[in-house]
Amino acid sequence: MPFIPHTSAEIDEMLNKIGVLSIETLFEEVPDRLHCPPLDLSPPLGEMAVSRLMRERADADAGGLCFIGAGAYEHHIPAAVWEIASRGEFLTAYTPYQAEASQGTLQVLYEFQTMMAGLTAMDASNASLYDGGSGLGEAVLMAVRANPDHNKVVLIPASVHPHYRQVVETMTQDQGIEIIEIPFDPVEGRVALKSLASFRGKKVAALVIPQPNFFGILEEVDELTDWAKAEGAVVIGLVNPLTLGLLKPPGEWGEEGADIACGDGQPLGSPLSSGGPYFGFLCCKQKLLRQMPGRIVGRTEDPSGRSGMILTLQAREQHIRRSRATSNICTSQGIMTVAAVIHLSLLGPEGLAKVAAMCHAKTVALVNKLTAIPGVSRQFTGPFFHEAALRLPKPTAAILAQLSRLGIQGGYRLGEAYAKLDKAILICATETKTEEDLDFYADTLVWALNVKESF
Amino acid sequence: MTTTIFDASRAGRSNRQHAPQDSQTPLDIPERFLRKTPPLLPQVGELQVVRHFTLLSQMNFSVDTQFYPLGSCTMKYNPRICHVLASLPGFLNRHPLATEGSGQGVLRSLYELQEMLQEISGMQAVSLTPMAGAQGEFAGVAMIRAYHRSRGDEGRTEMLVPDAAHGTNPATAAMCGYTVREIPTNAQGDVDLDALQLAVGPQTAGLMLTNPSTLGVFERAVERMAAIVHEAGGLLYYDGANLNAVTGWVRPGDMGFDAVHFNVHKTFATPHGGGGPGAGPVGVGNRLAPFLPLPVVQKQIRDNGREWFSWMSEKDLPQSIGRLSTFAGNVGILLRAHIYLRMIGAEGLKRVAEFATLNANYLMARLTEAGFAVAFPKRRATHEFIITLKREADEFGISALDFAKRLLDFGFHAPTMYFPSLVPECLLIEPTETETKETLDRFADAMIAIRQEARDYPQRLLKAPLAVPVPGGGIGRLDATRAARKPDLIWKESAVL
Repeated sequence: MPFIPHTSAEIDEMLNKIGVLSIETLFEEVPDRLHCPPLDLSPPLGEMAVSRLMRERADADAGGLCFIGAGAYEHHIPAAVWEIASRGEFLTAYTPYQAEASQGTLQVLYEFQTMMAGLTAMDASNASLYDGGSGLGEAVLMAVRANPDHNKVVLIPASVHPHYRQVVETMTQDQGIEIIEIPFDPVEGRVALKSLASFRGKKVAALVIPQPNFFGILEEVDELTDWAKAEGAVVIGLVNPLTLGLLKPPGEWGEEGADIACGDGQPLGSPLSSGGPYFGFLCCKQKLLRQMPGRIVGRTEDPSGRSGMILTLQAREQHIRRSRATSNICTSQGIMTVAAVIHLSLLGPEGLAKVAAMCHAKTVALVNKLTAIPGVSRQFTGPFFHEAALRLPKPTAAILAQLSRLGIQGGYRLGEAYAKLDKAILICATETKTEEDLDFYADTLVWALNVKESF
Repeated sequence: MTTTIFDASRAGRSNRQHAPQDSQTPLDIPERFLRKTPPLLPQVGELQVVRHFTLLSQMNFSVDTQFYPLGSCTMKYNPRICHVLASLPGFLNRHPLATEGSGQGVLRSLYELQEMLQEISGMQAVSLTPMAGAQGEFAGVAMIRAYHRSRGDEGRTEMLVPDAAHGTNPATAAMCGYTVREIPTNAQGDVDLDALQLAVGPQTAGLMLTNPSTLGVFERAVERMAAIVHEAGGLLYYDGANLNAVTGWVRPGDMGFDAVHFNVHKTFATPHGGGGPGAGPVGVGNRLAPFLPLPVVQKQIRDNGREWFSWMSEKDLPQSIGRLSTFAGNVGILLRAHIYLRMIGAEGLKRVAEFATLNANYLMARLTEAGFAVAFPKRRATHEFIITLKREADEFGISALDFAKRLLDFGFHAPTMYFPSLVPECLLIEPTETETKETLDRFADAMIAIRQEARDYPQRLLKAPLAVPVPGGGIGRLDATRAARKPDLIWKESAVL
């Protein structure tokens, strides 16, 4: 029996001890009429057969060179990361409720919290959330709780990832929170300070500031932060943690810094994997700590004064406060944070900055090569980090499909989320791309643009 | 604790092999956007990193190394092959926004998983996107809310939840804007039907129910409960936390539920990962199908007769409650569940419920025979059961916590403690189907030995754990109060170890 170790002699002994004749008897409290007929599932496969099936499927999915970013980024993950993170002792443990038997996981999380707080220049971090989108949703709920004297209004620029904004909408729609979209400047591709003017004195609860924004453009985070702080609004910095090797951390934006930093941790050791699992992170200033959702690990002592780690501040959580909890979340993305901590330990501050700088340099190089093609131009003028919106002279869907057939995942079609950007695609080149890869993209795009009729 | 990775850091030590060559282009980002001081990250060599985290891993209990009878968590064996196949490069390297043509393998697998989950639950449609059980609950309750609204039925403001429910149930209902009304449990461990009848009305949006319940017994009157709630115009939500007890035997759809979430990290053997990631797909009947969270995989037959798998969008499901995850949920975890189900099939799934139930009832029989008090002695255990140590607490002055901590010294992870809270000094024990009889016997022997200790040397239990059998296991009971009073949540240079 797959994964069930019982021998028939043992089954008999066990039934005998229970005092029944058959296993079926143990289900006697289930009303007979509820017993279902045999399930209609495909016949079971042995390990060899299922391996063959899945290998065929995985091989068919190899998508060629990837130049898509848009919230998920291809980075080199050192071999040691998943060699260690996949150890059964990490992978098959549960939430570390029994601290004395979970010191490994707990200490990794403590180190994780330290690294995330350091990257964002915040005082505290939780042990992770599901992903960037739901992490922003939790940050918005947290900001509104933390600002009870203000209106339940949160400003989110349209330059935030469209999927993130959809997740926030889903998570906040029944909380009486109004989400107001702030337009971006159509020339620069980022929020202009003047577009916030109409909210002056309106006691908004929070402002979300993405850095870099969805288009890869660097927002003027200092002036946006100062504006929001002057309004008494909570500032939520939405950041890509990899870029924080180089970019100013949310805790240092403007005069006072942001109050909350969140984002998706995928660039720190999570494979692309068609969208997940990744992890969300959430960091905050000390004064907001008790409003933080999710697991938090703290250091404590045993009776003889030895240090150890334990889940703490649990009075915020659902298993204690039930309907009055800060969130219904009762997990973190455990193993993804283990990978992130190992990844960051291997890179160190210098390595992280180098990867970030190289991503920027490759994207600059790619933008230069592609915009040299007649009809291809930058959509926005603002400074960018490692993504850029490019306008194409032909329908973007057909071009991307064409590129895909030629072994290039060419980018994200901005028209999917922004009707006015229907002619543009969002591209990204990370440190994984060589000069030859960039040339191959440029050459292929020239070819695709010149094919008589796209099929 | 062992020293942290930060303590091993030395300025100037680095792993050049993981950093790209220096860029030829000078950095052209304006100064005002740049950070002034490097972030606090360790500077350590690769061997130091590998050794540090390998040693930390060894300080954990895990299913791979210890019996983990954590009630309501289904800590069963996580087949290695599922992990290996879900980690194939073709799956790992695919971008979520890559063309659908380059994802037919993964999309087909996800589509098949949707179909399998529909069949297992007796539901009509499934969305895989929730990233955890709690998010699946959120999706279920949000769909119930959307359903009532779509009918202009705005007065339904109350969600009914049994008093024994998981904490996520009331927390979820509150996140969806509902007032929570608790329904009491009767002495036999069933939901009190009279109280339910009295509680329902035009304000009832629905009932969230776990069956088998968190008390480790099957709600025998579930059909009657469904009728009461449906007659009042409410819908029923099935918390799939305990599905491992009944797979292939009973289906939530047949019991009368309108929505269900699955915990693939429990029932379908995906690893718990030290707290995640899991996945919490939702299944629904026809009434709720238009409201499923996005995205959902659909199958179409193309002109050339070939099957084509693609994501459904807002256009296909305009009444959807929306997105819950940035992309498509925890795809890698869902692949593991798919592989597990392909391996065990229908018969295997039924066997899972049978042997999970056999193991629980056997262990309950052994503990009963040894004189432990079972919370519901007249009931069959499902895949888990509760013992109450109230008598031991009164007689020897020890608590369920002391018992649990002492179990760690014997090399067993402790059962779930103090949940459900209506049973005093309780341990919720779930052995799962993948454990052998010898392991169950050793666990029962340890329980008996600990009770003898409680009688003879109660002081020893109060101090437990004394020597947890993992590296670094000399650590004594950690002070939770101190941790909360003086939070030390990040490492600081000056910290004295």
